Amino acid sequence: MSPLAAALRKDLLLQWRTRAQVVAVFAFGASALLLFSFAVGPNAGVLREHAAGFLWLGLLLSSTLTLAESFHAEAEHRALEGLLLLPASARSLYYAKALANALALAALGAGLVPVMVVLYDAATPRIPALLGIILLGSAGLSAPGTLYAAMTSQARARQTLLPLLLFPLVVPVLLAAVKATGLLIQGDPMGQVRSWTLLLVCFDVIHWSLCGLLFERVVED
Amino acid sequence: MAERALDPWAVQASGLGRRYGRRWALADVSLSVRLGSRLLVTGRNGSGKSTLLRVLATAARADRGTARVAGYDIREGRAEVRRRIALLSHHSFLYEALSARENLAVAAGFLDHGAGARVPGLLGTVGLAERADDPVSSFSAGMRKRLALARALLQPAEVYLLDEPYGELDPPGFRLLEAALDELKAKGATVLLASHLLERGRERCDEAIVLEEGRLAWSGPAAELREGGAAP
Repeated sequence: MSPLAAALRKDLLLQWRTRAQVVAVFAFGASALLLFSFAVGPNAGVLREHAAGFLWLGLLLSSTLTLAESFHAEAEHRALEGLLLLPASARSLYYAKALANALALAALGAGLVPVMVVLYDAATPRIPALLGIILLGSAGLSAPGTLYAAMTSQARARQTLLPLLLFPLVVPVLLAAVKATGLLIQGDPMGQVRSWTLLLVCFDVIHWSLCGLLFERVVED
Repeated sequence: MAERALDPWAVQASGLGRRYGRRWALADVSLSVRLGSRLLVTGRNGSGKSTLLRVLATAARADRGTARVAGYDIREGRAEVRRRIALLSHHSFLYEALSARENLAVAAGFLDHGAGARVPGLLGTVGLAERADDPVSSFSAGMRKRLALARALLQPAEVYLLDEPYGELDPPGFRLLEAALDELKAKGATVLLASHLLERGRERCDEAIVLEEGRLAWSGPAAELREGGAAP
């Protein structure tokens, strides 16, 4: 088994064993979407217009819980340090964790779509394209989010530090994902989804490359 | 690639120091451990025993001095050192949500191809075969220690760094640990064993060192070490 496959197997197994946490995070995200609808009021047009923004804000807020939790198990008995001493390559451990987090966030995002449709009447016939945007956006949140979750996992104020570090960095992801999702919901007569998707892809490529290089410096003493 | 020094020493350290904040937890420690021998590392709480083992295992960076473990420099040959050592730490390196078997399988996934096949046997060796599929979160402190020991033994290492291996173990646990130490000696592995239990340490080790406030206070044959950890 390659180190990456071994690490990914471990991360997926850990996620499966702590699946109650996934349900709690989904409930948190769905509650956020519900609260946004209360905040905006009963105007169906306005709700539909901002549905994409609410979906991605809900996913962004929920992502901090998922990302922080993914390193809780690693920090609890210094399991990550134990793997590094085997020795497992830091890069393999990072990419496995980031991939597992991206899949968890994509599943969460896909789960929030029906909530969005029900609450904001914001359906789209282009479901595969929407799922693709959610996958790319989740990857964009996961790459820097996994790195920052590792950095803050030993800090006392990690619950505050992680969003403080992550949110400013993922503004381009949020912008591109909201625009692309909005165009899929409201129609895309000018064919702009493609350029926003390209921006997401570029962000993902840069951050997946850069964070993989930086992870070793973060986790080694 | 880091260069391996072929010599009779499994561990050679010179002026080793490690600082936490402004305090030196380890200061100017020099020692040599022969291949295949067993060294008892003792001293009071906070004397630097765990720090010494962590630095030699490359889990903590040395702020001063140099060391070679299994022939490789701990800075330049870190990956090579890690391939040749196994650390039993105060931290168990275990995942609470996974079972005993899964924890060992996770570690085996990063080791050689035969490591996975050794998992069932090791679970039996440490007396956890019947609880192999229970999550670690349901284990007592002693059972966790046994599993952590199994995890360390899973690694086919040349140098074993065992930090307080007797801690939390019951008398049958002591016996299985000592059987494991005898087996490692028969295989020719080098063992550095940090412990307060001098009687047991004297029986199982060839040489001993005493640390005081991070400094080497005494070194010599383990049989000459006095009760209480003080230098003769």
